[in-house]
Amino acid sequence: MDVAIVGIGIHPFGRTPARSGLQQGAYAAREALKDAGVQWQDMQFAFGGSASSGNADALGNELGLTGIPFINVANGCATGGSSLIAAWHAIKSGEHDIGLVAGFDKHDRGAFNADPKALGLGDWYGEVGMMMTTQFFAMKIQKYMHDHGISANTLAKVAAKAFLNGSLNPNAWRRQPISETEIAGSMMINDPLTKFMFCSPAEGGVALVLCRADRARQYTDTPVYLKSAVLKSRRFGSFEVFAPSQALEQVDGPTVDAANAAFEMAGVGPGDMDVLQLQDTESGAEVMHMAENGFCEHGEQEHLLQSGATHIGGRMPVNTDGGCLANGEPIGASGLRQVYENVLQLRGQAGQHQMPGNPRLGYTHVYGAPGISAVTILQR
Amino acid sequence: MTEKRPIAEGLFTWPSPQPALLASRCRQCGVAAFPVAESCMACSGQEVDVEELPRRGTLWTWTIQQFMPKPPYNSGETPETFQPYGVGYVELPGGVRVEGRLTENDPQKLRIGMAMDVVFDAYRRDPDGAEIVSYFFKPV
Repeated sequence: MDVAIVGIGIHPFGRTPARSGLQQGAYAAREALKDAGVQWQDMQFAFGGSASSGNADALGNELGLTGIPFINVANGCATGGSSLIAAWHAIKSGEHDIGLVAGFDKHDRGAFNADPKALGLGDWYGEVGMMMTTQFFAMKIQKYMHDHGISANTLAKVAAKAFLNGSLNPNAWRRQPISETEIAGSMMINDPLTKFMFCSPAEGGVALVLCRADRARQYTDTPVYLKSAVLKSRRFGSFEVFAPSQALEQVDGPTVDAANAAFEMAGVGPGDMDVLQLQDTESGAEVMHMAENGFCEHGEQEHLLQSGATHIGGRMPVNTDGGCLANGEPIGASGLRQVYENVLQLRGQAGQHQMPGNPRLGYTHVYGAPGISAVTILQR
Repeated sequence: MTEKRPIAEGLFTWPSPQPALLASRCRQCGVAAFPVAESCMACSGQEVDVEELPRRGTLWTWTIQQFMPKPPYNSGETPETFQPYGVGYVELPGGVRVEGRLTENDPQKLRIGMAMDVVFDAYRRDPDGAEIVSYFFKPV
């Protein structure tokens, strides 16, 4: 049984002091239900997640207590992707016909402070100041620039594109373009990455209504089909965040594994994709994820970025809604935001940030600690 | 004399006239890990031997931590006294790539591939006056 997305809803990302994370999730859920023309009472199941705004199941208190199986999902940055995969299986298996996926969050300002114990590490690792995701991303791109000839200006270009796209997206947090010069000249956080090259923890909510593909047209004239949804965790030898040591021999990371599996499942290749949403927790991540997901060779990004290929009007648009850089990262909602954006793009409803050429296939990718990756391929 | 204590038991030989980082090595597949683990992440083997890692290696990658992390960071510094610090992975031949703080925090003085030695030094002072010792990598 194929699966279709028939309703999408979002609560604007950024800072909304007047609403809790849960309320932002409920807002997004109501929008998604309205978009599909259904009631919360029509939902047969729900999966959802939030890292710091409580159990997603508490959405029942906002939307109504209907007795359905509501399963809380917690999987770091891949929480949204994991909820989506669970919902996909629930429908694909024939167990349910229609259900809701929701993700929301509301984080404090400043970098995340992860607990070493939660990841099986000793307290010393945090005490000496290595329990920082930002350091990992910086060290990974530092090595990558050294090996593959990526320039510091290319990192600035990624961020400038993100803020430009964010300025076109009414739901984005950062809606002012920022120049490459200002990005490169902003405070150094973890060399070679400056302040404006990093995304920040933030707030927001996204919800999706999924149903059996053969019933999709009951709900919408523009169904978008989920052709694959894959989550992979790291294998031994991949270079990952929060690792006191790594193997001398490196293997491909979970992003490569998830991408390969997703393409195989959907029966398509990287060259078939029209629009890409790739995890951009910082500028370097977007660059490296282009190659890890199979969209170019390692090192080719330098030319692609310098020639503008990843802009909305380019031949390989990446993060058309501004990505994590312009939207911030509410962990529970972030992966679902990418799916929301691709549905908009495939429906032709993205307004000012709509890519030209009637895109047919969209790709999403998230990466998170301690080395997991989730990919989806959507087709209209 | 000031008491010196290691930041964690079993990370390195202590006390010792010539301390060394400690790794586990799997009896089944021969893969090493730092810090010492009771089982092998590579092959799931449950029999490991503990060994000392080489004291000299090469810098595989690095960054500088330019802002003071939130807790659990515990260096005894305040936002006023905080000094940026280097972090990197050093490839120890025949062993593993170990992540550690660097003694150098000037990006101009760090480059991938340079030789690094492991050193053991005071990291902070605890309320009881003891010096807490950790490991660092220092350019040769």
